[in-house]
Amino acid sequence: MLDNLSVNQRAALLSVVMLVVGLLFWETAIPAQKAAAELTEYERLTGGGAPKAGVPPPSQVIAKAWEQLSNPFYDAGPNDKGIGIQIGYSIYRVLTGYILAAMVAIPLGFLIGMSQVAYKAFNPFIQVLRPISPLAWMPLALFVIQDSEASAIFVIFICSIWPMLLNTAFGVAGVREDWVNVARTHELGSFRTAFTVILPAAAPTIITGMRISIGIAWLVIVAAEMLVGGTGIGYYVWNEWNNLDLTSVIFSILMIGVVGMLLDAAFGVLQRAVAYAE
Amino acid sequence: MAKSFLSIERLTQQFPDGQGGTLTVFENASFGIEKGEFVCILGHSGCGKSTIMNILAGLAEPTSGVVKMDGFEVSGPSLDRGVVFQNYSLLPWLSALKNVTFGVRARYPDWSKSKVEDHAREYLAMVGLDGDVVHRKPSQLSGGMRQRVSIARAFANHPKLLLLDEPFGALDALTRGTIQDELLKIWSGTEQTVFMITHDIDEAILLADRILLMTNGPFARVAESVEITIPRPRNRTEIIEHPNYYAIRNHLVQFLGTRSKELAGKKSDEADNRPETVRIDKTATAPAEADPEPAARLRAVND
Repeated sequence: MLDNLSVNQRAALLSVVMLVVGLLFWETAIPAQKAAAELTEYERLTGGGAPKAGVPPPSQVIAKAWEQLSNPFYDAGPNDKGIGIQIGYSIYRVLTGYILAAMVAIPLGFLIGMSQVAYKAFNPFIQVLRPISPLAWMPLALFVIQDSEASAIFVIFICSIWPMLLNTAFGVAGVREDWVNVARTHELGSFRTAFTVILPAAAPTIITGMRISIGIAWLVIVAAEMLVGGTGIGYYVWNEWNNLDLTSVIFSILMIGVVGMLLDAAFGVLQRAVAYAE
Repeated sequence: MAKSFLSIERLTQQFPDGQGGTLTVFENASFGIEKGEFVCILGHSGCGKSTIMNILAGLAEPTSGVVKMDGFEVSGPSLDRGVVFQNYSLLPWLSALKNVTFGVRARYPDWSKSKVEDHAREYLAMVGLDGDVVHRKPSQLSGGMRQRVSIARAFANHPKLLLLDEPFGALDALTRGTIQDELLKIWSGTEQTVFMITHDIDEAILLADRILLMTNGPFARVAESVEITIPRPRNRTEIIEHPNYYAIRNHLVQFLGTRSKELAGKKSDEADNRPETVRIDKTATAPAEADPEPAARLRAVND
């Protein structure tokens, strides 16, 4: 029977099987809460009857997801907003920081890629600044910027700039000499050479850098929002932890994964659009 | 000597040899090319043919010497000098048609979009590319088709001088023959001045009006300028019947086989290394006798 299916169909079937088995295993592994009647008197006296916090079974997570996703944009005060609003805040911060980073990294990467001097001059700074954990900037950003919202955006900016910068520089420096010579023999000015030859030639490498950057930015925003608080998916996770609502925590973890996957997929589409075969 | 359309005057190229000294690739090379002429340059690898080509294209600077075209000194690349590179140098993210329009747009910036496209299609059709093929990317074309696109791009720009850097070097012999025929066909229709590097003696005889022979480097020089005394239009199957064909071919083989080595590495004492003109013509009657016999000339060169 399986022989008739394509590779994709077989893989999908296997995925579904793994999901169902995993969920069943998870569901049965969670011990049921004891009913109050089964407790000894001593247990009842020491508060054993109160529901214990525990990892929820998947059925509860699915119920929670259904509840949250059926009304994602409700706003019932600072600590009770729909998952859509929280994710919206996070995406807004990520995109703002990311676009600012792209606006700096891509032109600077062009410069570094085209000029040996610029490359050598900038390289020591890049090598020192690049390995710094983005969250290490947070205290300094909070003090200097004096605004938690802008600080979170700054952290995104600083973490997403490096892969874009280095990949742009690498892509631009690696443009084949022949193609540059084609531009030169056609008397293209430096601006037109940059846009009609170097940019399309380096685009796949640049987009790869942008794809890595958006992934890192989405990793970092969760941690940054846990620190700055207020809104966002990171804050939501932390807030639900404080509420000891592990169902919501698991649900939001899954949502972080889904949004991250969608962001990556968007860049995957972009990457295919600019790809070329030599 | 009357000023040629393209005149190369005392061109010298030196590179650092990596041990603090200099390596002279060629020295005081001087020669001229007339308008509408098809000139091939033959020589072994490393004699500086490609360097001369790059200097003519404006992509490289000579150590000393000047190149003048139409009386003006050449500096930097220009649309007046079109180049067809050995590795085609098509932009891989553009279709064949877009690769040609890329050049046409650069050459004629004020042409309308449709005019640019019609012009590009016309030249692609001349090299036998029409229909849906023109919308393919270079990676979807065979090597021969890519080189056709590259040739179309160069001819479509109507450069004053067309430089061909071993354009058929990477092609198989059959494809090479077809494209040589196409190149001849377009060339005869345009009166284009062409300067071409090649390794292939038969290709040079088929295509050229004149063949420049270079000795081996270092201190390479353009030693001879051999006139191809076979009338046009030429056809690869007919020219081998021509009485001059083997005489010329033997002369070239002999040069590349032995004399290019014997003449190599000698620092020249003359200031101006103009190539000797060699004319081998077994069909002509009176004027040919005035010319020295090739064999006699060879001895003179060897002395």
